[in-house]
Amino acid sequence: MVQPQLPQATPDDEAGTTADLATETGRSSRDVASASQRRLIWWRFRKHRLAMVGLVLLVAMYVVAAFAGFFAPFSTTTYSGEHAYHPPQVPRFSLQEGLFVHPTTGHTDPETLAPVFTPDESEHVHLRFFVHGDSYRLLGLVETDIHLFGPSEPGERWYPLGADRTGADLLSKIIYGSQISLSIGLVGVAISLLLGLLLGGISGYFGGTVDAVLQRVIELFMSIPTLPLWLGLAASVPPQWGPVPTYLMITVILSLLGWTSLARVIRGRLLQIRDEDYVLAATLDGVPTTRIIFRHMVPAFTSHIIATVSLAVPAMILSETALSFLGLGLRSPAVSWGVLLQDAQNVNVIATAPWLLLPGVAVVLAVVAFNFVGDGLRDSADPYGKRST
Amino acid sequence: MLRFTIHRILHVIPTLIAISIISFFIIQLPPGDFLTTQIASLEAQGESLDPAQLEALRVRYGIGEPFWVQYWKWISNIVLHGDFGLSFQYQRPVGGLISERLGLTVLLGLTTLVLTWAIALPAGVISAIRQHSAADYTISVLGFVALAVPNFLAALALAYIGFRFFGQSVGGLFSPEYVNAPWSLDRVLDLFGHLWIPVVVIALAGTAGIIRTTRANMLDELHKPYVTTARAKGLPEGRIIRKYPLRIALNPFVSTAGWNIPQIFDGEVIVATVLALGTTGPLLLGALRSQDMYLAGGIILIVAVLTVVGTFISDLLLAAVDPRVRFGKA
Repeated sequence: MVQPQLPQATPDDEAGTTADLATETGRSSRDVASASQRRLIWWRFRKHRLAMVGLVLLVAMYVVAAFAGFFAPFSTTTYSGEHAYHPPQVPRFSLQEGLFVHPTTGHTDPETLAPVFTPDESEHVHLRFFVHGDSYRLLGLVETDIHLFGPSEPGERWYPLGADRTGADLLSKIIYGSQISLSIGLVGVAISLLLGLLLGGISGYFGGTVDAVLQRVIELFMSIPTLPLWLGLAASVPPQWGPVPTYLMITVILSLLGWTSLARVIRGRLLQIRDEDYVLAATLDGVPTTRIIFRHMVPAFTSHIIATVSLAVPAMILSETALSFLGLGLRSPAVSWGVLLQDAQNVNVIATAPWLLLPGVAVVLAVVAFNFVGDGLRDSADPYGKRST
Repeated sequence: MLRFTIHRILHVIPTLIAISIISFFIIQLPPGDFLTTQIASLEAQGESLDPAQLEALRVRYGIGEPFWVQYWKWISNIVLHGDFGLSFQYQRPVGGLISERLGLTVLLGLTTLVLTWAIALPAGVISAIRQHSAADYTISVLGFVALAVPNFLAALALAYIGFRFFGQSVGGLFSPEYVNAPWSLDRVLDLFGHLWIPVVVIALAGTAGIIRTTRANMLDELHKPYVTTARAKGLPEGRIIRKYPLRIALNPFVSTAGWNIPQIFDGEVIVATVLALGTTGPLLLGALRSQDMYLAGGIILIVAVLTVVGTFISDLLLAAVDPRVRFGKA
């Protein structure tokens, strides 16, 4: 049975909106009336529960990525050949030993050719906090070998999320991979944003023929399937290039095709704001054009731009993953989530080592978190507007 | 309507020309060419090519000529003779290679489009008329997750499930016994038994966006006075929804059908590669890897043209459905 819904009154006057905001954010209307725009956006954003969850998750992920060496139990280059495709080891607890796992020895089953691991029950690998292990450079500056959690003796192996094809720890690889996977979206979107702001701004501010031509170009870009273009462009990156130039090249390729939607949003907002009364008032007061743009128009649409950008980042992360997965993006020894997923190319491998799909779970988490945050920002970007949900 | 149609056709032509230039530019980008790749691999095997023979091959493929000369040769052959050139790798005409696989690609695309709509439309409508209900939140969260799962991951997971629990052969669109069999009812059924994995995977990724648009549109329309009027007249609620707001909320379906095609093709390349389907996607990937430029260019061109034509058709449909579009008012 469908409940009939009564049309809701939407008050347009200032007092009504302030009252709405007050009840919505649970604050007195005097607070709301005197709060800055940024504060209003933040209050409204905090009410969006999923967005807050997403924000916390994102902050945690970026902190882990920034201090990857500290959070990862091992470095990406240490491996143990006999532990290839080792299944995940859950730590056990006893009062005498504390947290521990049993060390294992691996061999191949002569009949099924499947890897078999036999734990040595008499030995213990003790797991402790702040242990010494592989050395790394914290934030690229400080040389150290302290790890948050791991085997107490350097050289001992522990596979919290299993091992990959070479016998390296998958958790460490996922943590190091987040550095590339999480940053490629930001860098790519920054380049797209620059292009989008420039071209969308020109298009929206000047209008007329310039606008018409740019709109045709954008439509052209949007009507071509992006993946073949990416593949074609990515195939032109020479395989002998090092990881850093390849990384930059892939980012540029992703953003070259990603600026179109941003440019459209920026143009739309500019056209809308250009006709607002306060812009007209500023013009009549003889305010110079550049000041109108930067003092009056830009603040009015930054929040929308931030929301659009935060929705564009996950698309970039997915694209990098797909390109690397197909073998046309980053290549090992670079470690990104897409590169890690290359190991999980076919069902037979997944049948023996399902944990190889875990980098994919990391991708999903990051993308969902970004989408939640972006959605929350979009809802709260215009504090005086009607709530869109 | 005629004026509008002619106007749109005039817009399509320059787009098509630009797309063909871009396609050709892309396949020219990789350093070196197919011959140098071939020579390198032959030399790696300890063989060598006669320079005269090499020169003959160069002339035959038109390698080393300026960009515009090569482009003109390529496009004029396609437009005038329907000749897409020769695939270096397969030593066969590109046209034949593509047409063998294009049917399956189109079938996959159309099935996906239908499934996307079949899921997205009811879901969008339900989450709008039951706003803030459990169903609304479930649909929203599921939509977000579907948007976030990379489609190759979903394909791998479903293929694994199909393999593990239903004993399905993995990869390909046919069971082994039907691959070379003539068409029959059993073969068609077998095809659909395999088709569901790629279709579900590609369709799911596309639904999230459409659900959100439908929901937003329905919410806008549901509070308009004409709905209140209909309700005041005592029309049953289901009939009100079906007759009035739904019709307007349907517009974006028609207008976004064209934009969906590139997205579906993108999904198809990845999913078909993972599942080893006999469609154009894996062919394109292989061609790009071995720098088989006429094959790659041919596929990119055909897909882009299909997209432009699809967008054109959906624009016409939208104009037919909504008169405001025809007169440039909306």
